[in-house]
Amino acid sequence: MKEPVEMGLQKEKWLKQAEATSGTPVENKKTLSGLDSPPLATPDDAQQDYADKIGFPGSPPFTRGVYPTMYLGRPWTMRQYAGFASADETNARFKYLLDQGQSGLSVAFDLPTQTGYDSDDEEAEVEVGRLGVTVDSLQDMEKLFDGIPLDKISTSFTINATAAVILAMYIALGEKQGIAPEKLRGTVQNDILKEYVARGTYIFPPAPSMRLVTDIIEYCATGVPKFNTISISGYHMREAGCSAVNEVAFTLGNALAYVDSVLERGIAVDSFASRLSFFFATNNDLFEEIAKYRAARRIWANLMKDRYGATDPKSLLLRFHSQTSGSSVTAEQPLNNISRITIQALAAVLGGCQSLHTCSYDEAFTIPTEESARIALRTQQIIAYESGVTNTIDPLGGSYYVENLTDQMEARVLEKLDSIEQNGGMVKMIEQGSIQKEITSEAYEHEKKIENGNRVLVGHNKFRLENEHTNVELHKHDLKHVEKCKQGLKKLRESRDSERVAASLSSLGEAAAGKENLMPFFIDAVKSYATIGEITGTLKKVFGEFRDDTIL
Amino acid sequence: MSNATRRIVIAKPGLDGHDRGAKVVAMALRDAGFQVIYLGRRKTPAQIVQAAVQEDADYIGLSILSGSHVPLTEKLFEQLRANNASDIKVLVGGTIPEQDIGTLLNLGVSKVFPTGATMAEIVEFIDNN
Repeated sequence: MKEPVEMGLQKEKWLKQAEATSGTPVENKKTLSGLDSPPLATPDDAQQDYADKIGFPGSPPFTRGVYPTMYLGRPWTMRQYAGFASADETNARFKYLLDQGQSGLSVAFDLPTQTGYDSDDEEAEVEVGRLGVTVDSLQDMEKLFDGIPLDKISTSFTINATAAVILAMYIALGEKQGIAPEKLRGTVQNDILKEYVARGTYIFPPAPSMRLVTDIIEYCATGVPKFNTISISGYHMREAGCSAVNEVAFTLGNALAYVDSVLERGIAVDSFASRLSFFFATNNDLFEEIAKYRAARRIWANLMKDRYGATDPKSLLLRFHSQTSGSSVTAEQPLNNISRITIQALAAVLGGCQSLHTCSYDEAFTIPTEESARIALRTQQIIAYESGVTNTIDPLGGSYYVENLTDQMEARVLEKLDSIEQNGGMVKMIEQGSIQKEITSEAYEHEKKIENGNRVLVGHNKFRLENEHTNVELHKHDLKHVEKCKQGLKKLRESRDSERVAASLSSLGEAAAGKENLMPFFIDAVKSYATIGEITGTLKKVFGEFRDDTIL
Repeated sequence: MSNATRRIVIAKPGLDGHDRGAKVVAMALRDAGFQVIYLGRRKTPAQIVQAAVQEDADYIGLSILSGSHVPLTEKLFEQLRANNASDIKVLVGGTIPEQDIGTLLNLGVSKVFPTGATMAEIVEFIDNN
């Protein structure tokens, strides 16, 4: 091995020259997540066995991408998350998007729908229709997808604690349209563990919640085989403050918990693993983010193969959706955020994402207006159609720097995964609050660095404008919406067969007390037009409710 | 009054679960020497006021990112009045657009800290009031 020694000597020579020229020592810097950033990466910083560590796109370990052609045939799916207050309005928007050639829909639900409250519940009233569409019963889903044949589209649902209910409604709706469940395509987020950690839309305690997640995965494996049964999400943990290393480690740690939970039911790994999907945040550190995705694919493929003995190549794929970082946008000089979002979107693309949501520049104030949402989409289109980055696969593969970061990322994530395992796994650590505590302390340290100027945030702690006023256009919330929902519910409760509703809820309650898969009971209940609040209420009596920890 | 005797309840009303800001501010206030009672997510205005009264709090700090800041703050003040606790000062932080700051101040909020406000500003405001 003559070469590395020579390389080392030459690098030493360069370093001395560089220091002599600048008159100051050349220091090692750190990436946003604390990886070592060599001032100049050279071949000795990136010495891997190509076949073993990098390989070809579409082949293990998938470092260069999950599919053989990646964006050569067509770019990633531009999937912008959207939802208006009422099912009718959202339906009109969906039809518009489909007319424009979009084939995938992404549904944002309001918080009451996500946390199992009906619109007429006092607890939920002020949140009805604010952040997305309101779904109280199957009737709303019928309106939401009116005139949209479910076998022609794929639909992504950001829904977790009530994922089983929403999926049951989608299956029931398909049946009404004469479409078999085998033909339904889409994704339910269904990742409850990160809700306790970061996002907050939990309802039940962890154990029964894990059962619901597993029920969906088990039921769909044979019943709804084209559905992504879960989108295991690092996004919200990252946004809550953790590093890229912890984002991947916590997400894969959660993924292992879900896989273990399904395997405990005696289901073969290859019969469900290909329907697991992932969701990550892309932040500002361009090369670190690219390395993160390359490393995550490699780690997941190896875990599925070595730990679980998966043999179907599809079981090894870490397919992911990415969203740019909502927490990285600034309230000051908001148009600057378009530049941040562009860098982040580029990182996600160079990292090989399957689908992408770009945030809007006004994210720090409000949900997007039509204009800001359009600019966000255009940002992706400019990257896809003007920048040339789709002309080759994994353009940064072989970059000494990016390969070095990829290896560091892999090593750090594996180390963290080991430590999670030694501490009893993610479920236990989340129950103890230790994951939450670690993320909060990372968030606090980050904030302190911004306040003391150690981390530059352009327009916020450097390059500020004097007396800046930001009157962005606000999305208008329709205050009549909640009244309409209440009236709709009243009518529904009067017109439906109340005996059938009571019977379906009572069977659901009994089944919940036992061990059966609950999906058929949810499907029966939603068909009787039981509401999301009634279904959740029935389960609360059996499962109890999760109360937030208040650990700092 | 020294910081050590000032008591602040920090809570997230409504159904919004994004608690990064609430926790970071709670930690900053604690490090500045205040007595912080952190109630966490998904608390009703009634629960928050009840806790503030029991804890003999000087301040309630609300963190809201769901866009429901005006109705939730209204409900909190209704509860304060119903509990004869209107002497407790209220601070609101979160994704609050500039247009809504006046509305919140008119409801009786002492100060609004929208996105971009620093921990130092929040500590300084409580120090001086």
